[in-house]
Amino acid sequence: MINAGNPKAAETSVLQTDAGRGAGRLFRRILAAGKGGEREVMKKETLTVSGWTTGDTELRIGFIIVGIVLALGIVSVFYTPHDVYEMNTSLRSQAPSLTHFFGTDNFGRDVFSRAMVGARFTLLVSASTILLATGISILLGLACGYIGGMVDEVVMRIMDAVNSFPSILIALVMVSVLNYGKLTIIPALVIMFIPSFTRIVRTGTLQYKNADFVLSNKVFGDSDLRILFVHILPNIYPLLLSSIVIGLSNAILAESSMSYLGLGIQPPIPSWGRMLKEAQDIIFSTPWAALAPGFMIVMTIVGLNCIGEGLRKKYLS
Amino acid sequence: MTASMDENILEVKHMTITLYEGGTSYKMVNRISFTVGKGEIVGIVGESGCGKSMTALALQDLLKNHIKVTDGSMIFDGKDLRTISAAERREINGNDMTMIFQEPMTSLNPLQRIGTQVGEVLLLHGSHSREEIEKRTLEALQMVGLPDPEKAMRMYPHELSGGMRQRVMIAMGIIARPKLLIADEPTTALDVTTQAHVLELLQEVNRQTGTAVLLISHDLGVINKICSRVLVMYAGKIVEQGRTEDILKNPVHPYTQGLISSIPTRRMKGAPLASIPGRVPPVTEEKPPCPFASRCESADKLCFTEYPGRKTISDEHILWCHHYGTNAE
Repeated sequence: MINAGNPKAAETSVLQTDAGRGAGRLFRRILAAGKGGEREVMKKETLTVSGWTTGDTELRIGFIIVGIVLALGIVSVFYTPHDVYEMNTSLRSQAPSLTHFFGTDNFGRDVFSRAMVGARFTLLVSASTILLATGISILLGLACGYIGGMVDEVVMRIMDAVNSFPSILIALVMVSVLNYGKLTIIPALVIMFIPSFTRIVRTGTLQYKNADFVLSNKVFGDSDLRILFVHILPNIYPLLLSSIVIGLSNAILAESSMSYLGLGIQPPIPSWGRMLKEAQDIIFSTPWAALAPGFMIVMTIVGLNCIGEGLRKKYLS
Repeated sequence: MTASMDENILEVKHMTITLYEGGTSYKMVNRISFTVGKGEIVGIVGESGCGKSMTALALQDLLKNHIKVTDGSMIFDGKDLRTISAAERREINGNDMTMIFQEPMTSLNPLQRIGTQVGEVLLLHGSHSREEIEKRTLEALQMVGLPDPEKAMRMYPHELSGGMRQRVMIAMGIIARPKLLIADEPTTALDVTTQAHVLELLQEVNRQTGTAVLLISHDLGVINKICSRVLVMYAGKIVEQGRTEDILKNPVHPYTQGLISSIPTRRMKGAPLASIPGRVPPVTEEKPPCPFASRCESADKLCFTEYPGRKTISDEHILWCHHYGTNAE
């Protein structure tokens, strides 16, 4: 064994870490002596690092809010307090009560039940949008960053072109080109989100392309594909993850505004944006019909942004 | 010097590395030739910017796009590295020729466990079973002297110190028993005690596995410790080469003399530190035929007009300087 020649080599580093820990323990003991009791010092230690600085608090808040919204959406598949489509003229424009949490709209439909079903479609549309956009962007971004040159130039200029159109305009064009379908809105939104994600992946790839460990893996005979997907991509995930979460909230906003303009989910299926649009005419007589979907949108976005911010703080700083 | 093919693992002949920038080209490394024998430890020494690392990168085909090897040949194990295909290249990389980088802190993938990274080399070359890879990874980690290698295999790079990571790098380098290991300043980023251990380790690896080592360093002390032969490079050229003890005891080229007298020793306590005046000319600068002429104390007209020819002191000790012959006579 090589180590037999210099057994100290192994010991030094072990000693170093032990010494480090020892010093910390000593310091803590001195502190404890001054304040009387180790427990108090431990308490103080936990107090000094607030959850707002580590991002833990944001993550917790975000997950709770998003969890509630998600749960509402999932439960709506099996159960809603009232029928979503049933109109009941005797119950028109009722104010929020225990039987109708969010009141009823001008057709007598239960707003809470519709908001639940709306969550389902809004979340479905935005999640699949982001999923597709991320997948495509990863391929494009890796290719652009790694190959560079002409490929990079052409793809990125197309991205710039897409970005320079107002997103609503693109969606309008897409919807009219792709025919009116229940899910036409998804490809329209995907195209909107590809440029920003591609840019993030490309930047990350450029950053790691010439990193020492990538070069050293080349030296050990890794193929380009293996370097891209085994060594570069996993390192970009943290960067991508917080953008994905923020992108999700943007997708919800975009879906809502599209639906508001009548380009999204078609009636009578409820989505938050469409509920807003329908409530617009009756906003003075039944304000809750507009407030409920608006509240749902705001809460989901706050929740998602909390998660995004929490992830960023926790993993990127 | 003129050893036959089967004694040398690497033969570099008239290698020129050119940098293309803004329509012009500059020679970063100018027609250098050297050999590395099988199982030999050869050092390349020189200041920063002399082209040492470029030489190493060229051998590993890691040059950036605007830098190219434009002339000469690099015969590794009977194959010219300049003409082989990418697939052949990948087969050589990691298997027959590997490289250890200067910066152990960034040379390991932060998201992969040590065991996975070291074993990956075997995974890529030849068909080894999972158990075999695990066994050999453990062996390699044991060999480089990592304490508790079984535990280390499951650790992530951030859990190890710089010296340990360099050991892991060396384990990656030797696991496939390569014929040539290029070490580009492997100890520069480490503290002095760890440096010594890593050098001893390289030497031990060389002794046990017969792996030839090409050690690149700016530190003559490091070279002196383990290299049997040394090449002194200056501004893209080899100015002197020979057995390490010859070069260190009897340096002839003014640049080598300058390098050696720049090493601080106990005897010079209190005296100002010696240095070579001036700096390495940047690649983009026009250089006199003898690249060192502008910094050389004994330079005369000849040095600025004519390329110094090769002078042989002994079979192995060679230099390129106008003054050697004239001084001796």
